[in-house]
Amino acid sequence: MVRYLAPLVIFVVMAGFLYYGLSLNPQDVPSPLVGKPAPQFELSQLHQTEQMISRDSNLGKVWLLNVWASWCVSCRQEHPVLMQLARSGEVPIYGLNYKDERDAAINWLQDFGNPYVMSAHDYNGRVGVDYGVYGVPETYVIDKQGVIRHKHTGPVSPQALKETILPLVRELKG
Amino acid sequence: MIPEIGHFALIIALCLAIVQGIFPILGAQLNIRPWMTMARPVAQGQFVFLAIAFGCLVYAFVNDDFSVLYTASHSNSLLPTQYKVAGVWGGHEGSLLLWALMLGLWTFLVTLFSKNLPDEMVARVIGVLGLIGVGFLLFMLLTSNPFERLLPAAPDGRDLNPLLQDFGLIIHPPMLYMGYVGFSVAFAFAISALLGGRLDAAWARWSRPWTIVAWCFLTGGIALGSWWAYYELGWGGWWFWDPVENASVMPWFVGTALIHSLVVTEKRGGFKSWTVLLAIIAFSLSLLGTFLVRSGVITSVHAFATDPERGTFILAFLFIVVVSSLLLFAWRAPKVGLGGKFELVSKETMLLVNNVILTVIASAVLLGTIYPIIIETLSSIGIIAATNKVSVGAPYFNATFVPLLVPLVFLVGMGPMARWKKADMPDMVRQLRWAFVASAIVAVAVPFLMGGWSWLAALGMVMAAWIVTTAFHGLKHRFNATHPELPWGHRLKAIPMSFYGMHLAHIGVAVAIIGGTLVSNYQSDKDVRMDIGDTVDVGGYTFRFDGVIATKGPNYTANQGMIRVLQDGHELMTLRPEKRIYTVQTMPMTEAAIDTNVWRDLYVSLGEPVSGGAWSVRVYHKPFVVWLWAGAFLMLLGGVLAITDKRYRVMARRESKAKAETAMASPKIAAEKA
Repeated sequence: MVRYLAPLVIFVVMAGFLYYGLSLNPQDVPSPLVGKPAPQFELSQLHQTEQMISRDSNLGKVWLLNVWASWCVSCRQEHPVLMQLARSGEVPIYGLNYKDERDAAINWLQDFGNPYVMSAHDYNGRVGVDYGVYGVPETYVIDKQGVIRHKHTGPVSPQALKETILPLVRELKG
Repeated sequence: MIPEIGHFALIIALCLAIVQGIFPILGAQLNIRPWMTMARPVAQGQFVFLAIAFGCLVYAFVNDDFSVLYTASHSNSLLPTQYKVAGVWGGHEGSLLLWALMLGLWTFLVTLFSKNLPDEMVARVIGVLGLIGVGFLLFMLLTSNPFERLLPAAPDGRDLNPLLQDFGLIIHPPMLYMGYVGFSVAFAFAISALLGGRLDAAWARWSRPWTIVAWCFLTGGIALGSWWAYYELGWGGWWFWDPVENASVMPWFVGTALIHSLVVTEKRGGFKSWTVLLAIIAFSLSLLGTFLVRSGVITSVHAFATDPERGTFILAFLFIVVVSSLLLFAWRAPKVGLGGKFELVSKETMLLVNNVILTVIASAVLLGTIYPIIIETLSSIGIIAATNKVSVGAPYFNATFVPLLVPLVFLVGMGPMARWKKADMPDMVRQLRWAFVASAIVAVAVPFLMGGWSWLAALGMVMAAWIVTTAFHGLKHRFNATHPELPWGHRLKAIPMSFYGMHLAHIGVAVAIIGGTLVSNYQSDKDVRMDIGDTVDVGGYTFRFDGVIATKGPNYTANQGMIRVLQDGHELMTLRPEKRIYTVQTMPMTEAAIDTNVWRDLYVSLGEPVSGGAWSVRVYHKPFVVWLWAGAFLMLLGGVLAITDKRYRVMARRESKAKAETAMASPKIAAEKA
């Protein structure tokens, strides 16, 4: 009888993992990069192909790096929040256009509005890998020294913006 | 009004499913005949109400009823009618309804084609199918009602995802679901055999045709999915080891093992508990696939609208189904006797090894698919250090799949030749030596003919040639052994259809291997920027870019490229790939232009406009790619031949006669006893 229980045991263990996986909130996954220097990158700009954009060009200011893509449905959800933040001028938002076709991305910004100072075009997702992009959208708060201070996974909600991101930005600005 | 009728029909179907799940099974356990005879009419009624519900949803789509939330989010008034119908299963809720309808259809077919089975068996099988139906209908009504209203109604729908606006989508999901759900019949037979304590050759023979039909549908569904990805995604790949593809291919491997294991159970009475376990696993993997796709635990290009509540529901359902059936298995299986004895070198051993390999492949795929969840779980409870998201990609799957395929294919050649109980190894080696020599020659020759040596290509070719040559040897052997006194036409007819079916399916495997091997090793492609008049040479063809014209479809605008294909200065054809923008979702789509023949596909897709009329263009030359799907079609055809074997009908006639006799005899016995 014991021998015949083996499939059951294997299944129950697997179901345990699946259940835990279900209750895992992907937004709670801690990023090992928080507190570390933001990975260096140099990518062409989305709108001006010939101009490059890099991490170091933002040294000395507090900024947000928002990973987005035109194929990403949740990005549309957070988009109004970002637009509002961009209009308030409180903190500059830079986009990392992740694994996206250039013209699709430009069309998307034309249709919905562009909250970004500029977007880097990460066509093959290499920079995304360096940043440990877990799912699009994601938002990083990066300080004056170029260190990642916070990572938000999933769409930015007005609440997360008000309670976590903006207080942190104000603190970092000093 | 119509959507409410559909909703109501679903509720009635649920009520009928509950009745269908409880009374026939209890009736069979307690021997209450009226409860058992309820099974058929109730199941047929459930199917009718499911069909009504489905019809109502189709009606809402075809008539642009955007007061239904599901219609509003998956259709649009400009959508061509055939896609409106296909849109019914283009999203989570509707595809679930399609699933339930398929389950109803299978149950309905069981009620029709089970006249010769014992009544308890029929009652249990239909009862188990009813219980599965309860799970799915509850899931639909509680978390995913396709008839939910949207008030006020949307002025127009959000449109069907353009990727899904394609002929492939019209037939791929129904076929795949017929396969998935079909395994529920094999599962129901297994469970009722465990419940009734009747695990014998007859049980195996009854469930074999059902299993093969389900397997045929699944084979066709997977092949269509792969074909669709090939021509619709615009980058020429045909298998991506995406979690959702894995979800369909795992039950396929286990189902293939099940088909072979059922042979041993039917012919030799062996592997009984193993066969039952495979039937349970095949269906459990179908359910697991549903969970993976719809719960959001794994990200995938196919991901449906996901929601943790739905995930919890399916996981709970999966848990109840699998745990109860495995408990039943653990309780009943030890009492099942072993089958006939067999030697180490025998057909039984080879089929056992076949089963082990197929199961290992399925397990490896399963592990690769849920590995990210395992890692995340372990790291979040602090057992291992936190890592970035792990994703297991094609290299893992290719590295585990190919080495397992080699011994499997070797057995495909040997197995059919081997005798039951004890095979004569030296004799087999003697018989098959020419097949081996021929395979070796093919393996060496083909890579040179294709224009370059490659070990992988040679390996693929030796495997394919081995299957084909041994299959023909097997046919010849069987032909020679069949009534030598008859004319050859009669002798061909005297060979059972299932024998032809087996070899045809095996040859299908060979054909698919040829396609996969040659396209992987000898395809060539170029990704170039082309001005008007520019040419590029790929695979011995010259492609000339003659510019782009603007065109318009019913619900999209497009740039259509004109690419002339030339060979030796002659113009062969014009390929017209398109870059479409679907107006409602402003979603760009690449529509590749493909010219297919037996030997190669020419595949052209438009990238992006660069500047001044120039475009980036991708050109592929893909030798033998169509053999992949032709191979799958041959496998399917082999399955169809196998179920037309007259053995099933002869045995069925004998069984129904025996059944009628016992039915007549029993009142007499009862009277005598009295």
